[in-house]
Amino acid sequence: MRDALSLRGNHALLTRANPLAKFTAVTLITLVLALSIDWVSASVALALELLLLPLAGLTLALLWQRGWPLILAAALGGWSTAILAPDAGPVLLDAGIWSISAGSLQLGIGFMLRGLAIALPAVLLMSCTDPTDLADALAQNAKLPHRFVLGTLAAMRLVGIMAEQWQTIGMARRARGVGSSGNPYQRFRATLGQSFGLLVQAIRSASRLAVTMEARGFGGAARTWARPSTFSGIDAWVLLGGLGIAAAAVAAALGAGTWNLVFLTRQ
Amino acid sequence: MRSSTGVRPAAVTARGWGWRHAGRPRPALSGLDLDIQPGERVLLLGPSGAGKSTLLHALAGVLGDGAAGASGPAGDAGDTEDTDETGSLLIDGAPPRAQRGRAGLVQQDPETQVVLSRLGDDVAFGAENLAVPAAEIWPRVREALDDVGLGRLPLDHPTSALSGGQKQRLALAGILAMRPGLLLLDEPTANLDPAGVLEVRDAVGRCLDKTGATLVVVEHRVGVWKDLVDRIVVLQPGSATDSAVLNSAVLIDGPPDRVLAEARDMLIGAGVWVPGYVPATRTRLPARDAGQLLLAADGLAVSRERPRRAGLRDGFRTIAPRPVQSGVSVQVRAGEALTITGPNGAGKSALALTLAGLLRPVAGTVSAAPALSGGASGGAIGHGSGDAGTDPYRWKAQQLIARIGTVFQEPEHQFVTGRVLDELMFGPRHLGYGEDRVDELLERLRLTELVDANPYTLSGGEKRRLSVATVLAAHPQVLVLDEPTFGQDANTWAELASFLSELLDAGTAVVSVTHDAEFSAVLGGTELRLRPLETAAADAPGPDLELPEGASP
Repeated sequence: MRDALSLRGNHALLTRANPLAKFTAVTLITLVLALSIDWVSASVALALELLLLPLAGLTLALLWQRGWPLILAAALGGWSTAILAPDAGPVLLDAGIWSISAGSLQLGIGFMLRGLAIALPAVLLMSCTDPTDLADALAQNAKLPHRFVLGTLAAMRLVGIMAEQWQTIGMARRARGVGSSGNPYQRFRATLGQSFGLLVQAIRSASRLAVTMEARGFGGAARTWARPSTFSGIDAWVLLGGLGIAAAAVAAALGAGTWNLVFLTRQ
Repeated sequence: MRSSTGVRPAAVTARGWGWRHAGRPRPALSGLDLDIQPGERVLLLGPSGAGKSTLLHALAGVLGDGAAGASGPAGDAGDTEDTDETGSLLIDGAPPRAQRGRAGLVQQDPETQVVLSRLGDDVAFGAENLAVPAAEIWPRVREALDDVGLGRLPLDHPTSALSGGQKQRLALAGILAMRPGLLLLDEPTANLDPAGVLEVRDAVGRCLDKTGATLVVVEHRVGVWKDLVDRIVVLQPGSATDSAVLNSAVLIDGPPDRVLAEARDMLIGAGVWVPGYVPATRTRLPARDAGQLLLAADGLAVSRERPRRAGLRDGFRTIAPRPVQSGVSVQVRAGEALTITGPNGAGKSALALTLAGLLRPVAGTVSAAPALSGGASGGAIGHGSGDAGTDPYRWKAQQLIARIGTVFQEPEHQFVTGRVLDELMFGPRHLGYGEDRVDELLERLRLTELVDANPYTLSGGEKRRLSVATVLAAHPQVLVLDEPTFGQDANTWAELASFLSELLDAGTAVVSVTHDAEFSAVLGGTELRLRPLETAAADAPGPDLELPEGASP
């Protein structure tokens, strides 16, 4: 997991943009898409986002590798909307308890596209942004408290360590005769015991890491930044891009007459 | 005195200093009087529980949150802070807490010495916290990395890809970038292999020569640091006992050669690894005929990673992980020792865990001979008896522990209860065995006094003895140990080696992963030397099997 978050070998244009600018652009797109359920705004945004993949150093294969849970979730969401939404228009498929009509299919596709269009920018952001740089930007540019931001960043490293410890503790407990076999209750108890063991180790690691950080002077009021987080011309383009995608999505939906604000309309 | 590197060596003064941790009845250290001159290099010795780490933490300014440097029993008014500081402990005449960055601390566990995910950022972290001007930080980072011998790696090298020895050198670089006048090292090499130990020791030596900083190092392997330090301070064994209140906490203090000559017997008694001394251990009985075959590995490839599922395009089939070691064929026989050695990354632990039925082989097989798979030893009739099949990985946990016992490197990973006696009874109870073996183990491994203690509160040596005892309580015919002697003092070491040699003569097979040549010499038997896969493939297929010097065939 730690390797998956590394940017080594990715020299795409967007890796050079300021993380805060990228973060703002992503938030903008997400907010606008959350306003309306319609397939026009979602598909326009999605199409424009897909065009940006090369700028973030992503290919479709890489996108699937990193974002498949989100993509599957969007597809599932669309499918269930299609079969559960109230029918409108001609029925296309009828299998007794559920049916798909033209109206519900349209709603389902809209839902799926919207899910994808919202998930994709987040995947894009994380693919071209190092977590350390994001933390730098959040603390220096967005002025979030540095103790909080850097503490969270250091804790993220422990997540990788915990994944390894989970496996080791599982084996160590099997070597004591605590197996993950038997009936569901026994398995549940074994997992509970293993979780407790992991918790103990996690607390130990965390307190040792805290001593390490404190011994390196962490926690003082004054602090300098070895990596100044600055804005450049690219960031203006990133913000404009985010704004452009959001505006194009709204304009297309308004033009096609499909724009419908989720809070206002309930048919 | 100010060296060209901008480091001003620090002086340490302790006057009647003592510290009691919150919730403990006795102080960890009391009545310490000590003067360390700027630039002095001190090795701090003493048995476990003498308060060595407490002293280093106090000097690093990371000990509790009590009133820094306050004299006398500070009023316990705080609702959470129940610590107690007596006397004074000063760096350059001021309390350590008030001077962040004056002292730099490197601890034992490499994994928690790394803060950030890129090499350069991690070194810069301390300097940033001290508010060093940004323009000055990167030259300091490069210099520190050069000094510890990591200068050839790019600044964005991922810290997760470093070895244990490299991580410890990185921690040292992070400290050096703060330009401290006092280096504090708390057993920095206890978790490292021999090559890693030398890497770190040499890096420390170079940095001290360059900066002239003061050094205080805690380590019980004296041989590693003896030539680098110019003074050894031995703390009173158990200065936390009542008698020590009358005496000073420092037992002996002086140049290394004199201290080692005068206090040699006392240090040996306290379990310190004194140079040129190998603790006396039991000698094994003369070899008999080859023992009965218990386990055989054939063409084994191993990895810690699990197989993963391929994506949709590949039809969700299973993809085997890339092995860290392959082509291993080896036999485990009753009453014979097998020692697995080799450099880091050669897959020693993965091989041992695969032999132990805890990891699934990537390729090849591990098969139990009928003598092992047939039933539990000792004639006990329990859940672990009956034929279990030949593949240890497929055995149920209870079938496994009655046949193959595994002792992990970190004892805490194996604790499953909150009391030493329950811990020992856990295996036998589940297998339906009697308690006689438990009493014998308690006695033999000196745990009788501790039966009601919580396993997590034991000392390092006690935890190690307990983890061996708990595994043996299930009567396994094969015992697998992963680095059993790492970080152990000489007394625990000798006890463990003698005990295992007895087990071997009684017919148990012992498989151990170790870097410790003296330990494998005590056990005798066969050595399986692994080489990292890339280099091994270049010259010869498979690992070497050879007999260690002085071992009986």
